Amino acid sequence: MTTQTLTHHKEGSWEARHNKEAKALFGFWIYIMSDVLLFGSLFATYAVLHNNVFGGPSAGELFSMPFVLTETLILLTSTFTYGLASVYAHHHNRKDLVIFWMMLTMFLGVAFLVMEVTEFVKLFGEGASWQVSGFLSSFFTLVGTHGVHVTAGVLWMGGLLVQVLRHGLTETTVGKITTLGLFWHFLDIVWIFIFTFVYLMGAI
Amino acid sequence: MTNDFKVIDEQHEGGKRAIVSYVIGFALSIILTLIPYFMVVNHMAVSKTLMFGVLLFALVQFLVQVIFFLHLSKKSRPYWNLIVFAYTILVVAILVIGSIWIMDNLNYNTMNMTPFDSNEGYIPSADR
Repeated sequence: MTTQTLTHHKEGSWEARHNKEAKALFGFWIYIMSDVLLFGSLFATYAVLHNNVFGGPSAGELFSMPFVLTETLILLTSTFTYGLASVYAHHHNRKDLVIFWMMLTMFLGVAFLVMEVTEFVKLFGEGASWQVSGFLSSFFTLVGTHGVHVTAGVLWMGGLLVQVLRHGLTETTVGKITTLGLFWHFLDIVWIFIFTFVYLMGAI
Repeated sequence: MTNDFKVIDEQHEGGKRAIVSYVIGFALSIILTLIPYFMVVNHMAVSKTLMFGVLLFALVQFLVQVIFFLHLSKKSRPYWNLIVFAYTILVVAILVIGSIWIMDNLNYNTMNMTPFDSNEGYIPSADR
């Protein structure tokens, strides 16, 4: 795969392949925008329902703030480590460092998911399930949808890691690293709004 | 992929700049997360001010991440990316603000119907 990339380094074919990558990236950008609309409607639902506690617990009574801050910092760090993996793939052609930073990112992603599941289980144990009130239904839907996206991102990263290990840093794998980067940074941005609207504003 | 030393040099330069960009973005994000967090946890203002403060920090953080992580300004087709992005933000803003607005009005008009809120059906008693 690598040798193929080396020998086919004619100006025209490289240009064509580069154009294809750019198109794929633009297509993925459009998908992310549709995901923004999905999260937008879930945020709107949460904004409307967050006071409808129906005698159950409210946001301020449920969440542990240091726990949520840790989750946030883990996800922020993971987006940074992924950025480093992407830089080493694009500019330095360092397969070892790309694999290192991607594995670290995956580890942080899994840590984030473990914390989120722990929080959900704890809420469930306290009797704060999604059937209790409109607030909890919209909370679990919004945060759970984000969690499902992170899960998909972690699985995707695992698959990409295998491809990088097998084929090295080719035009194709580097293109995929860029695409996954777009997704991963996007999930971090969504979390910033969950952190602000759900957790911080809930604690005020 | 690159046998030309000049190209390698340029790539390393670009790489350095990219790393610096990620480090700045990361540092700013951490700061912009910690400040509103401690503002809220220590109740440093009245709740209305805190709400606006926290919202402002989220918006600044959003811009920081879009610029330093998504590199929206440096794409091969910034024109189309930006147009789609701006349109999506517009739709989400209409969706969220519109929902809050309409449902608030609905709550206002249907939930608090005590006799004192409207003069229909309220008959003042003679002995008070």
